[in-house]
Amino acid sequence: MLPLADVIHLAITGLAQGCAYGLIALGFVLVYKATEVVNFAHGEFMMLGAFAVLAFSEGLGWGFWPAFVAGCLSIAVVGYLIDAQIMRRIIGQSSASIFILTVAFGFIFRSLAGMIWGWNTLSLSTPFDGKISVGSLDIATDRIAIVVATIILCGLLYLFFSRTRFGIAMQASSQNQLAAYYMGIPVKRLVSLTWAIGALIAAAAGALLAPVTQVDTTIGLLGIKALAGAIVGGFGSIPGALLGCLLIGLIEPFADYYFPAIKGVSAYVVMLVVLFVRPEGLVVQTFQKKV
Amino acid sequence: MQILFKTRYEDDIRFLAKTGEKVRVGLVIAFLLLAPAFLQNYYLAELGLLLVYAIAGIGLMILTGHTGQVSFGHAAFLGIGAYAHSVLLSHGVPFTLSVILTISLCGLVGMALGRSASKMHGFYLAVATLAFLILVETVLGEWSSVTGGHAGFAVPALKVLGVNLGQVWQQYYLDLSFTLLVVWAASNLFRTPLGRSMVAVRDSELSARSLGVNVEWIKIQAFGISAAITGLAGVLLAHHLTYLAPDVFGVLESLKLMLMIVVGGLGSILGAIFGAIFVSVLPVLLSFLKDVLPAAIGQQAGLEPLLFGLIIVGVIVFEPLGIHGRWLKLRYFFETFPYYRKASFVRQKSYLKTERMR
Repeated sequence: MLPLADVIHLAITGLAQGCAYGLIALGFVLVYKATEVVNFAHGEFMMLGAFAVLAFSEGLGWGFWPAFVAGCLSIAVVGYLIDAQIMRRIIGQSSASIFILTVAFGFIFRSLAGMIWGWNTLSLSTPFDGKISVGSLDIATDRIAIVVATIILCGLLYLFFSRTRFGIAMQASSQNQLAAYYMGIPVKRLVSLTWAIGALIAAAAGALLAPVTQVDTTIGLLGIKALAGAIVGGFGSIPGALLGCLLIGLIEPFADYYFPAIKGVSAYVVMLVVLFVRPEGLVVQTFQKKV
Repeated sequence: MQILFKTRYEDDIRFLAKTGEKVRVGLVIAFLLLAPAFLQNYYLAELGLLLVYAIAGIGLMILTGHTGQVSFGHAAFLGIGAYAHSVLLSHGVPFTLSVILTISLCGLVGMALGRSASKMHGFYLAVATLAFLILVETVLGEWSSVTGGHAGFAVPALKVLGVNLGQVWQQYYLDLSFTLLVVWAASNLFRTPLGRSMVAVRDSELSARSLGVNVEWIKIQAFGISAAITGLAGVLLAHHLTYLAPDVFGVLESLKLMLMIVVGGLGSILGAIFGAIFVSVLPVLLSFLKDVLPAAIGQQAGLEPLLFGLIIVGVIVFEPLGIHGRWLKLRYFFETFPYYRKASFVRQKSYLKTERMR
């Protein structure tokens, strides 16, 4: 058995990791609910976000917070353009080609990031470096920052989707596109905006995670784990996806500790088990069509 | 333009209905048969590898192109095929028996995966197969007592029915005979009730079900057949690689297979072959391009994946039917010359197909 202090330490690490997965998964789910496209390049938005914030804060010397805002917004613009210029043209094609297309975006983003910022691992200094000591426990502040940021962002999103005209229109167009068109909602623009929001959240996650993961071109692969988490929770619902990501995040450090042979792949094991037992995820959102 | 007069039932289900098709297929087969006479060993080996990838592409095409089930995990079957065959060979099992055992193993694993996948759809399936691939890769890496782990595994020499096939041209003919067999079998498959049901499941599960097709069982069979064919490709690939390492059969390899069938053209056997040609020729083209471009651009480290990605995006956005679609247009142009109209191939307006209501 592990001593209690280690258990708590692992749990906090896992919680922070789970929150980060959750932030990425939010983007996946938002885009999926709006267009039923699963964007396999979503992790790359996170990678680009981390690089953009790094470029603004260290390249241009703006300091962390202005760079954070500028970086996230610029990635949001990238997300908007991706949908408006490319994804919109291929609506209705077979899902295989759409998957391949988003995977191709991943390749393009990774190469571009590598060409612009180099292939070495960089580090981004955030204002969250440091430790809080509770008794004999040392808790890194950057982990706490991720958890807090997740709570804040989720709250903001909740308010956005339930209180603002834009948010309600987005919900409407995700429930029934055709009906939304008839109500005069600019569905196309809203879909692109959804992509922008998803990209923005992913970029924010990238910047917040930077002290933990460092910044290089491969951190986008975390996106696949976030996808696994979202599937565990149920892809159609935001609370479900968040729950699934937290679960994955919490299970991972313990699984890595107890079963070092499957280090790094425990998330996929959990996902496969859930898919076999309960294919719709823990929180069900699909309906059976009756003939 | 050739007008087909059908006088017998067999005319409806003939492989090659038109004279032009017969001539073209005959020419291609003649070229492949005579290739060792005029190709150098290097190019012959590459051609053999291309044929192996064509087999793997046909395997995936049956599942994704014809049954509509997306699999990102097909490199796993390539890996299982390659490893199972090599391990069996190194334990003294003869080639023929080993191939049969390996194909059956891959088919069974595929059916087991299909059994659990038949309830999933769309991207759930894509991600589940991706996870399956990652697990298989991990198992191949960690189970070092059998697979040699990350250190690798040397493939025993190629020996069929006691005859040593060490020469490049001998191996090439082995690849070629398996390829012709698979192409023939796969084209035949789509004239059987099973193949037709697969296409029905792809086009609409709901209407297939209401016509009395057992959708789950069809999906399981499709997975099994597809995995068995891909496993056969794995067997042949093992002899090309001669040294196996688990990371060869990773996500990138899967993506390469997927790229093949999407760029080649989903839903046709010919598309898989076009795709195999494409992925084999692409690296050559890219290295050529590297020399032509100015050094500042040409020597960039990430140039290859970038171009790779751009080509995929271009193909999917501008020619969704892939190379095969382009080929159909070209053929139609010559067959109906001078009556070709662009409108013959204009895409119908398509809307978002929902997966939520099923």
